[in-house]
Amino acid sequence: MSNLLDVKALNVTFPTVDGEVRASVDLNFSLNRGETLAIVGESGSGKSVSSLAIMGLHNRARTVISGEVIHHGTQGSTELISASDETVRKLRGKEMAMIFQDPMSSLHPYYSIGSQISEAWAIHNDGSKRDGMKRAIEMLDLVEIPSAAKRAHEFPHQFSGGMRQRAMIAMALVNNPSLLIADEPTTALDVTVQAQVLQLLQNMQKEFNMGVILITHDLGVVAEFADRVNVMYAGKIVETAGVEDLYYRSMHPYTIGLLRSIPRVDQIDNHRLDAIKGAPPSLINLPMACSFAPRCEYSSLVTGGLCTQSQPELEQKSAEHFARCFLPAERIAEVRS
Amino acid sequence: MLKYVSRRIVVSIIILVLISATVFIIFNYLPFDPARLSCGKHCTPEIISGNRHRLGLDVNWWVQWWRFLEGIFVGRDYGEGAALIHCGAPAFGYSFTQHACVTTLLGQALPVTVSLAIGAFIMWLVLGVTLGVISARFRNTWIDRLSTVFVLIGTSLPTFISGLLLLLFIVLKFNLISPLDLGTWHSPLTDPWGWFSSYFWPWLSLALIYAATYTRFTRSNVIETSSEDFIRTARAKGLSERKVLWKHTLRPALAPILTIAGLDFAGLLGGAIITEQIFQLPGLGRLTLQAVLQDYDLPIIVATTTLAAAFVVIANLVVDLAYALLDPRIRIS
Repeated sequence: MSNLLDVKALNVTFPTVDGEVRASVDLNFSLNRGETLAIVGESGSGKSVSSLAIMGLHNRARTVISGEVIHHGTQGSTELISASDETVRKLRGKEMAMIFQDPMSSLHPYYSIGSQISEAWAIHNDGSKRDGMKRAIEMLDLVEIPSAAKRAHEFPHQFSGGMRQRAMIAMALVNNPSLLIADEPTTALDVTVQAQVLQLLQNMQKEFNMGVILITHDLGVVAEFADRVNVMYAGKIVETAGVEDLYYRSMHPYTIGLLRSIPRVDQIDNHRLDAIKGAPPSLINLPMACSFAPRCEYSSLVTGGLCTQSQPELEQKSAEHFARCFLPAERIAEVRS
Repeated sequence: MLKYVSRRIVVSIIILVLISATVFIIFNYLPFDPARLSCGKHCTPEIISGNRHRLGLDVNWWVQWWRFLEGIFVGRDYGEGAALIHCGAPAFGYSFTQHACVTTLLGQALPVTVSLAIGAFIMWLVLGVTLGVISARFRNTWIDRLSTVFVLIGTSLPTFISGLLLLLFIVLKFNLISPLDLGTWHSPLTDPWGWFSSYFWPWLSLALIYAATYTRFTRSNVIETSSEDFIRTARAKGLSERKVLWKHTLRPALAPILTIAGLDFAGLLGGAIITEQIFQLPGLGRLTLQAVLQDYDLPIIVATTTLAAAFVVIANLVVDLAYALLDPRIRIS
């Protein structure tokens, strides 16, 4: 597995009249080809914001982005934050592609599915309209849309939800990208088609040997598809680990809380589902403290009120496992059980 | 599709018939008597009743209305004996104040109003949409603010002000059109330049107020469409900003403007009373105004009202069909 993406000290800030919204703070992670990295967190935790920054899809006039995003493509490495708009645009859709949450609103209502896919191809390839349409039909076939040649001429509103997301995937993959960012790809879909779409994504990943960043708040999806997980809270990564480590040996109280809030079929007693109390903080003028401290059940276990006085760093808890918590690994293991 | 259009046409005809009936009813209950008004100073009851018969007003309004409808298809005769006047089909009545068949009067007024409406329409559409797109593209810059100033001036100057200002301080002051030549008809076929120069200022006066509204409308539509998810998708594909604007943003942003433009155009075809009056253009608006001011000339009022309504009804149909062509989500059935 070769290195595909390095994100170093990525900060995304939106200046507003009320102050700076620090949507993504000091993000560090890397991704290999063929690997799936899940980014998990609740709404507003900075998952989408950071991936849009990687894609260069923020309005530069209204966003302040710092740090480095290095993409190791087939034609060499590019640092995307300092690169010109034109350089990033040429990589977009070719080397890195993105699919979005709601396929209905993400597809253009006025153009046929086939012409939208063929357009994505034509931006980065030389060829006639007919070549583009042929390629589009191939892709629709690949994502298992029945009678693709006919359906390519239909419009998004004539497709079902699952079909639309398949079409989005076909469009994203038409140029054989090395990186795919999937921003909650199944959230807007019926539960019955969610699994199909995820299965398709996984097959495509194998076929194209892509690195996939899967943004989701569905921990069930993560367990099934991700290799590694970044848990984000209030713009920061609070825990990062391999998927097994994260589920069985969570090292951050927030992750523990998230996992406890999932209903389980093997829980037969009339046990009330655990919820994390409180709400995530506003991202404007965050205090110099652990952002999760006000909601943390374990902050009292940390001596000297450290949680509310200083910010914890992302600490190594075990080999490939980092968490942003003052509690030592042994203490967390104690409270977890 | 064909079924839809034919159904719409039938409905439109019913609407027009009802509108003409409404005008007759209203006219019937107005507190004045055209027969008395057309009689002059030395009036006797005999002359009045004679006039009433000549005007066809001595029967119930529904009989009058029925005769009107009949005349459209078969033509009508007015008066008796040597004074007999025949108006051929489609006859919309006979004006006793202007002593002419209404159809003839409409035929004279219509080219004027159509000339005025078409030019103004093109002018305001080009001006408004261009300015709107530019100010959306460069929003919150000085270009956008400058266009806001234009919008404010345009919307707050009614045509009776802007028209008069243009007429007094540009057209007459610089002698662009001689006052005696105002309102002279130049056919665009034989004298295109004369036609253009006699209509340019009326166009501008009308276009100003519409263009301002359209600028604002276009701007907000383009900005709204720019924040759609499918625009983000277009960028994610690697499309250039130019293509994102031209191919992905403008079509959905301008489709609703087409709807409004069609209806506004139809409204103008019914006659721009104020502008026609200021620039002395003998169009439908002026014809209607004169008919109302002089002796309540019912035949003209009925005809121009029904005609104006017909334009709006037709425009509605055309706009609906055009929208369906633009937006594949709308299916006509």
